[in-house]
Amino acid sequence: MTPPIATTSAERDDVLLSVRNLTTVFHTDRETIRAVDGIDIDIRKGETVGLVGESGSGKSVTARSIMGLIEEPGEVLPESSIRFDGRELTEVSPEEYQQIRGSGLGIVFQDPIQSLNPVYTVGNQIKEALRINQGLTGEEATQEAIDLLEAVSIPDATRRLREYPHEFSGGMRQRAMIAMMLACDPELLICDEPTTALDVTIQAQILELLQDLQEERDLAILFITHDMGVIAEISDRVNVMYAGEIVESGTTEDIFAEPKHPYTNGLLEAIPGEHVDEDRLRTIEGEVPTPNEPAASCRFAPRCPKAWEDCENVHPELIETNETGDSHRVACLLYPDDMPQNDAVRHHLVAGEDASESEADPGRDDEPIEQGVSRDE
Amino acid sequence: MSDVSQASLSPEGTRAETLIEVRDLKKYYGGDGMFADPPVRAVDGVSFDVRRGETLGLVGESGCGKTTLGRTLVQLEHATEGTISFDGTDITRLTGSDLKQWRRNAQVVFQDPQSSLNDRMTVGEIIREPLDVHGWKTPQDRRQRVRELLSSVGLQAEHYYRYPHQFSGGQRQRIGIARALALEPEFVVLDEPVSALDASVQAKILNLLEDLQEEYNLTYLFIAHDLSVVRHICDRVAVMYLGKIMEIGETEDLFQDPANPYTFSLLSAIPEPDPTSDKERITLPGTPPNPRDPPTGCQFSTRCPAKIRPDEFETMEADVWESIEMFREVVRERERLDIGFSGRLKRRLGMFSAFDDIDETINDLFGEDGVPAAIADTIDEASALLKDGYPGEARMVLRDRFDSVCDAKRPDLHSVNENGKLSYCHRHTAEYEDVSTVLGPSSDDA
Repeated sequence: MTPPIATTSAERDDVLLSVRNLTTVFHTDRETIRAVDGIDIDIRKGETVGLVGESGSGKSVTARSIMGLIEEPGEVLPESSIRFDGRELTEVSPEEYQQIRGSGLGIVFQDPIQSLNPVYTVGNQIKEALRINQGLTGEEATQEAIDLLEAVSIPDATRRLREYPHEFSGGMRQRAMIAMMLACDPELLICDEPTTALDVTIQAQILELLQDLQEERDLAILFITHDMGVIAEISDRVNVMYAGEIVESGTTEDIFAEPKHPYTNGLLEAIPGEHVDEDRLRTIEGEVPTPNEPAASCRFAPRCPKAWEDCENVHPELIETNETGDSHRVACLLYPDDMPQNDAVRHHLVAGEDASESEADPGRDDEPIEQGVSRDE
Repeated sequence: MSDVSQASLSPEGTRAETLIEVRDLKKYYGGDGMFADPPVRAVDGVSFDVRRGETLGLVGESGCGKTTLGRTLVQLEHATEGTISFDGTDITRLTGSDLKQWRRNAQVVFQDPQSSLNDRMTVGEIIREPLDVHGWKTPQDRRQRVRELLSSVGLQAEHYYRYPHQFSGGQRQRIGIARALALEPEFVVLDEPVSALDASVQAKILNLLEDLQEEYNLTYLFIAHDLSVVRHICDRVAVMYLGKIMEIGETEDLFQDPANPYTFSLLSAIPEPDPTSDKERITLPGTPPNPRDPPTGCQFSTRCPAKIRPDEFETMEADVWESIEMFREVVRERERLDIGFSGRLKRRLGMFSAFDDIDETINDLFGEDGVPAAIADTIDEASALLKDGYPGEARMVLRDRFDSVCDAKRPDLHSVNENGKLSYCHRHTAEYEDVSTVLGPSSDDA
């Protein structure tokens, strides 16, 4: 690996996870499915970044790619870069990855009952994580496990430690999972739809818990969900994903106040209760396509109410629309909206060529800095 | 419940005709035989009306009994007690061919479109099955009817010969809806019909359900835990908790001006799709109690943010009171544990030690300041009993000291406004402060 990122910018220093051009494909007999197709994500310390989209848009594959959990027939293509805490994760050995998962990265899945082993007590499983990752055993491990359960607000922790997962309620299982992850003392916690299977009252408890833990431990969180309400509540910045690509990214306030991409607009409009006075719910026609070849057009075009001819022929690049203030990027030929339409299309064509050239550039290791998001203070 | 008069249950009886009248309905599971554990009280005495042509929403957390209630209404479950009169007939007493005949009137759409369709039957066969079972007209007519149904739920005629696995979740739910409508029922129970679907597919199915309701003049019972969906589709809503209806009323009335503390909490827990919202969220502690051992008083008393305190503790600091409530919860949980034969033997010999860790829990709950002197004697007495292996007695000690009307007595269902909204809470009586004064103004002023 090349020396650590040489940057003097204070802003860059606190970027904990920097994903560039992440492309995860699945090889099948008939075709190669590009489940994640060249996405960029930055997460800074203590920040919550949301990843939102319909099912099939590639959210969970993104999470698994970052965790290094992609197995045959899946593959993270070599041009991808996942830089975590200064290390390039795409180049480490499986053993080193295991080490990193045990000490820096944690993941909480949607269904806690499938993530816990039914034949061991919850205490056993937390202590196992402590033994492997921190070398704690015996009384010391038990005490630490009690502290962890208390940290995730499980009352009467001493007794709960001796119980099996089936004796826990759904919300408590998810807490136990989070406790197990905390045993690894992670810097980045990936939450893959952690509250989707839970009731709203329990969801509220878990969201509150995550916010508290974040404050206490300066955790960075990548929060994946399809629920726009949850996203609004918990995240600082949002990435909207569609068919393997990020189509819009910006601060939560910007995305909700001024959604730019027609897809983001559609997602927000489809929330029941947004238009109480209207009789019909608004919908997005059609379904998420399966991306099986490199994008040469806008993948949302077939469902887009604003699409025109060019959308079928030109691939929109993520471009900056906020000249000042926080970054707000969108991949749609309608932008930049201050240009005449033809110029805007050409702008995307040129940006697309630039991107593919720099991808071929062997000095790509430094690319995250050079080509990175232009983010103004 | 008996004090609720007929008039207050259907105040607008003149405007909308009642289709189903449920009175004091109970559904218990288990509890038969001399040595059985107490029964699970899934539905514990509910009374309400369903009006013809309306959509009545039934919401609540998982395990609150809403699905059981829905299934009992269509006689998939046999009621333990109470009556359900459908168009004047008490259907809990129907048997044999009468029951089969009646079933045509009431159908169900199930939650999970993956498991509620038989994978070995074609779509046509699945939708035709109810027609076959009831010997509806001739086989030719049935096939024709299936084709009509396919088109009315937005599927193609050629889908007749396909198998369920060839369809997406949304399409499978359309098949389930077509099957439910085959016999032209009057009443359809929709048991979480869109929970398993993506938001945009969800919206399409909801739109379809509304169209069908208009076309066939259907009455819906819409069971869901997603409150925003309920707000969109329902005319009236009933909120359920631990087998009991906590509040029932017109949808907007209930969402904008909730009367019951549980409805308050439930609504405040919905995440707002607006990052600038500064809505005050009430986070309920813990989980709903075990339905085998529901609280003696109000079902919601163990988690209620507006619980009435005994006079003695009226002015106690909130976090100390919260710690007391938590401690009671811990003791309750410990009583649930079976200490086993050796535990009982040790208890006899005064050697019981499995609960000695309670001191640590108490330290943890009451924090650095420790247990306040005013209540130390009670807490000590309870923890001593617990350590000796008698959690039941410890619970009694705590009960004697800390119980208020909410713990001791079941509330009544009070009529709370002129639109006929009913709410199940002690705070609606004149002697106590009102719910909205305690919990602050309604969180939703949309």
